[in-house]
Amino acid sequence: MKTLGIATLLVIAGLVWASAAYLGFHPGEIFDRGSRAGMLVYAAEFFPPDLSAEHLGAIGKGALETLAISAVATLLAALLGMLVALPAAGRFGLAARLGARFVLNALRSIPELVFAALMVIAAGLGPFAGTLALALHTTGVLGRLFADALENTPREPVEALLQAGSPRVAAFFYGTLPTVLPQCVAYSLYRWEINIRMAAVLGFVGAGGLGQMLHVSLSLFHQAQASSVILGMLALVILVDQTSAMLRRALASVQQ
Amino acid sequence: MSAVSLPAARDPAALPRLGLAAIALLLLWPGLRITEFNPAVLFESGNAATMGRFLSQFVPPAVAPDFLLLVGRATLETLAIATLGTALAFVIAFPLSLVTSQSLSLSAIGPSRDAGWRRALRYPFRLLLIVLRAIPELVWALLFVRAVGLGPTAGVLALAITYGGMLGKVYAEIYESGSNRPARALMEGGAGRLQAYLYGLLPAALPELVSYTIYRWECAVRASVIMGFVGAGGLGQQLELSMRMLNGAEACTILITFLLLVLLADGVSALFRRLLA
Amino acid sequence: MAGVARAAVRGEASALALGVRALSLDQPDGRRALDAIDIAVRPGERVAIIGPSGAGKTSLLRILAVAQRQSEGELQVLGEDPWALGASGRRALRRRVGLIHQAPPLPPRQRVVTAVLAGRLGAWSLLRSLVSLAYPLDVAGARAALARLDLSDRVFDRCDRLSGGQAQRVGIARVIYQRPEVILADEPVSSLDPALANHAVGVLVSEAIERDITLVASLHAVDLALAHFPRIIGLRDGKVLFDLPTERIEDAMLEALYSQEGFAPTQHGRALELSAQRLRGMAQ
Repeated sequence: MKTLGIATLLVIAGLVWASAAYLGFHPGEIFDRGSRAGMLVYAAEFFPPDLSAEHLGAIGKGALETLAISAVATLLAALLGMLVALPAAGRFGLAARLGARFVLNALRSIPELVFAALMVIAAGLGPFAGTLALALHTTGVLGRLFADALENTPREPVEALLQAGSPRVAAFFYGTLPTVLPQCVAYSLYRWEINIRMAAVLGFVGAGGLGQMLHVSLSLFHQAQASSVILGMLALVILVDQTSAMLRRALASVQQ
Repeated sequence: MSAVSLPAARDPAALPRLGLAAIALLLLWPGLRITEFNPAVLFESGNAATMGRFLSQFVPPAVAPDFLLLVGRATLETLAIATLGTALAFVIAFPLSLVTSQSLSLSAIGPSRDAGWRRALRYPFRLLLIVLRAIPELVWALLFVRAVGLGPTAGVLALAITYGGMLGKVYAEIYESGSNRPARALMEGGAGRLQAYLYGLLPAALPELVSYTIYRWECAVRASVIMGFVGAGGLGQQLELSMRMLNGAEACTILITFLLLVLLADGVSALFRRLLA
Repeated sequence: MAGVARAAVRGEASALALGVRALSLDQPDGRRALDAIDIAVRPGERVAIIGPSGAGKTSLLRILAVAQRQSEGELQVLGEDPWALGASGRRALRRRVGLIHQAPPLPPRQRVVTAVLAGRLGAWSLLRSLVSLAYPLDVAGARAALARLDLSDRVFDRCDRLSGGQAQRVGIARVIYQRPEVILADEPVSSLDPALANHAVGVLVSEAIERDITLVASLHAVDLALAHFPRIIGLRDGKVLFDLPTERIEDAMLEALYSQEGFAPTQHGRALELSAQRLRGMAQ
């Protein structure tokens, strides 16, 4: 087996070398004197970042927009995801399960950025496109997680309620949801942390928020402003990470 | 069995729940306003027509031979970006992980004169790793596109940097999760740190290191397509071009290719991980 | 001839609360859980079903509760053939039948008050159900149902903080809150100590008498059955061994029923002589 391992490593090394060759990747060329100087100059223009009050105000608004995009998108995705997760968990038969799972897989596989470009066509430039794009992709992710959680939930409470003549929707809310809710909220909060990073960059294709500001600054060669936008992104990501962790801790002790 | 009737007690959870509901609504309303949430926009004539036209072009997908050739070359380019990028990330991560891991700390064996500044040196490198990871790879891609121009080079460099940070952190964690006693024993016997690493730490950590790196390669394939969207070459750049031209048929073909590519990468990754296990 | 007989049966059956005729149930593994059962229960009757484990008591109750479908035979619940109805008709019928489970299916993180209120979901609008989930709308009603089982002080506790016996009592409270026309109880007091069990069965019986509704309970403890119910059905290996008013039950019948087990089980769990008279007197 060891020879197999070594052979595989050699294959990998060969593939790496082939990749470099295919791309015409010449580190020497990239980092030669001329372009090295150029890159250093370019990098230097990022410091110091533009911290003027006016620009910081704009960053604040952009950050708020990005935050709102990520939060509304995650919330929407949680609701839609739960809706699609029900058939995907087999609650409506095999055909529905296959169909729902296919939809969820499709939504999951298409990158948010592609959705964003699509949504810009459908809804025009701005934060609404970003929200929809993020929501669509996240529906696939959360829907799949919710469906798996639902399939692992015992069916007895729901059946007992149906037994007592409860309508199906009410039986779901009283019989299944209490058990599955903590997990679903935790998944959603965790997904929010990932979404804040994505929301920040979706703006590149015109979907609002800090990403759009960054795109504009870089296109206008305002490096100093771009760098403070990046700092704003960092701050936002840290903020959401901390908030999400705090909420998850708090929820662990809440009763229903 | 008491027969005393209790006074009507309130639901203890009622007030906190009302409070939470109020807060949620208070946050939701501005949230919807800021994101300009308005489903009606989707049905506005101009948007709906364009979108409808674009989507209707999806079927049938473009299968002209020269286009397929273009897509094939772009796919190879994406694979090459991912592979090279991950390899460079490994080159960056390897030394960084050694420096930041505490498992090879000489000061853990016994007091040494320069223990203080060696320990202090670890932190800047740790910070470097965090910064490399925290900035989204797409931002790096955008910056490199501006710095070195459109094309795969920007993608390779962006991957190398962000994944270098990611791999570095995980490698260090892998070292620290295992037992470092073999390494320390070697160092106590007078071996240098690098030797202690190669003979003491690496053998046990190798399977996990390799497994995670290959998993990262799989993520890199997806990331390369996404970065290509902002100009870093490969399939992503082609997709962006097709969508900008509102060419639904081409976009459909590229999307299908992307989905197949992701499946392929998943399979290859699983295969290599099994071969190396 | 058969048609006339069936029509006559149907004529008298419409006055029944519950009726089964030639009812059989086959298990997936081929075993016959119930074999050609005939039982007729009139509205307002109180019946206890006793028998050894595996006799088919649970299966029979589940079929009566329209939770499971029979393999053969006729079933009438509150004057209807439930499986001839549409889905919403069946739901409306189930609303009028309350089934108490042996192991109460309570979601662990749910509070007792919500679990009890869930008994009336069939009667509530969707909006009311959803609101009550977060803000229980009829705390007094839930508390009243729980009070009859001495659990009113646990009304806001989580279900997973209850003992097995307390959970069982919450299951009973939920069906009491549901106010059905028929109560079917499957070993409703199996986790309760003797005094509590006696009290709980007493609560069920007095509820049935007060509201003049039908009560059918399967009980493992023969002394409770003999003490509280005017009519006993003995079930063994899926067949009805006897179906008699309590005072006509004799030792020999109980022996035949439990012969494999060798003794008639009571809440005390100790082996006792099969003396019907003694057992009747025991739980007074």
